Amino acid sequence: MTTQEAASAATASTDPTESAAVRCTGLEYAFGSTKAVDRLDLTVRTGEIFGLLGPNGAGKTTAIRAITTLLPVPEGMISVFGADVAKDKMSVRRLLGYVPQQLSADGGLTGRENVALFARVYDVSRRERAARVAEALEAVALTESADRLASTFSGGMVRRLELAQALVSAPRLLILDEPTIGLDPIARTSVWERILEIKEATGMTVLVTTHYMDEAEQYCDRVALMHKGRIRALGTPDELKADLPGEYTAPSLEDVFRYHAGSGLQGADGQSDGEDFRDVRRTRNTANRVR
Amino acid sequence: MSAVPAIPRTASAEAAAGAGGAPVLSLLLTPPRARTGWRVVPARVGAMCIVELQKLRHDRTELYTRAIQPALWLLIYGETFTRLHAIPTGGIPYLDFLAPGIIAQSAMFIAIFYGIMIIWERDAGVLTKLLVTPTPRAALITGKAFAAGVKATIQAVVVVIIAALLGVSLTWNPLKLIAVCLVVILGGAFFSCLSMTIAGIVLTRDRLMGIGQAITMPLFFSSSALYPVSVMPGWLQAISKCNPLSYQVDALRGLLLGSPSHLLTDFTVLVVAALLGILAASSLLGRLAK
Repeated sequence: MTTQEAASAATASTDPTESAAVRCTGLEYAFGSTKAVDRLDLTVRTGEIFGLLGPNGAGKTTAIRAITTLLPVPEGMISVFGADVAKDKMSVRRLLGYVPQQLSADGGLTGRENVALFARVYDVSRRERAARVAEALEAVALTESADRLASTFSGGMVRRLELAQALVSAPRLLILDEPTIGLDPIARTSVWERILEIKEATGMTVLVTTHYMDEAEQYCDRVALMHKGRIRALGTPDELKADLPGEYTAPSLEDVFRYHAGSGLQGADGQSDGEDFRDVRRTRNTANRVR
Repeated sequence: MSAVPAIPRTASAEAAAGAGGAPVLSLLLTPPRARTGWRVVPARVGAMCIVELQKLRHDRTELYTRAIQPALWLLIYGETFTRLHAIPTGGIPYLDFLAPGIIAQSAMFIAIFYGIMIIWERDAGVLTKLLVTPTPRAALITGKAFAAGVKATIQAVVVVIIAALLGVSLTWNPLKLIAVCLVVILGGAFFSCLSMTIAGIVLTRDRLMGIGQAITMPLFFSSSALYPVSVMPGWLQAISKCNPLSYQVDALRGLLLGSPSHLLTDFTVLVVAALLGILAASSLLGRLAK
């Protein structure tokens, strides 16, 4: 499959009976004169783990922010389980569980209180709240530490706590923006194990962005390689690797990316270097804050 | 609002638990039933206020350190000026006259911090996550505003206790004290919204900190907190008339000391100011989310 075919295949498979989890049609978003997302066509199928890959500044986070109703987009560009993101914001939000890039748990609250806040804002009834919160904490293996302040949690624990926050409203689509950024390898594995377990237990769809190619290869059903606001290749990791020309022996997803984008993953050009710096600074600030 | 489709029960909890040791998530398979209509805003306001109280329960440092400044105002400034007899107070000791002003001031200082807090929450991702929940922006801002009010009320209680210890004769009429709480909450709501509105305009913490410093003192000095409006020069009297803090102080004096006041005007101004503040701050909240 060529790049163009891959990109169009993402939208061409429009089965009227199948309600895709996410459907983006010609999504565009610009910050000033910089086009962060440029005519993006994307379909995430119900029940899959879909990876949006690319270097810093590729437009992944902008795409995610548009899907999560945070950015104003015109009607008809994005739908989540058939609900239009521009027209039906509140319904879309009820279908989403969202974990942003930063470690965003509130350090001044305990783990349990952090999850209870999200139970409250999703209208979980008082009768059911405690049990639901406990179940969400149990699902991410935080029962033991639930009554400690989140400021005493490690990075991996905060990530798992955020998963519990997202989980408490029983979302149909879990959106994770760089869920393992800044975590050590053990914490990364542990976070992914929880994601897989939760997906298996609930059957929810997972949309994840990452720039760790190894994670995408290991955990994602399908991946889209994004570069400079556009999708350069799309398919299962095996398909993408198989589609590379013969000179690659035992190629990795990173080779696939290099082949399609014509550059490496880090510092693809001057502009994304700037993005790198900002991202790194933000991540470090977050890490300091949570400590 | 259209109906939210329930999560498809593709994997039953038992089957999932059996396969690969996945957790049993029986409750987390059904989305909660959505509140609709007028019930949404009070529910969100409640949630935000609870968070504020939980944080205060875990760490009371702020409560204690913030009590220092009003205590010093009453103890040093208040005691000295009581001896000077320089300010016409309508026959009551200056310390008594000052106490309601200091309650309003300390409540305002707390509320003015909310803009910085909301920018901090934006940078930390907390705000982003809340904005993706089914919470209308106005409800989120109202929640924050009332949370500021709750915190300001706790602060007011501390100042009232300090004032009582210094011998200020305040009312202990429970109805009047409830009205005092209401005034403090309304004031806290307005000043936190003012601060969050400015946050939505300037967008960075550094700029907001400068502006916060620049506006709190003029707001304080142009109100009737330290001296009656009648001793001010004409231009300052005009400014004082536009300053919600003056109305808050007037109401607090009327309620706590029984001095002549304009309670109906005061409440009207404070309610309208708080509503306008909520409107302004929530319409600018989108700028912080981008």
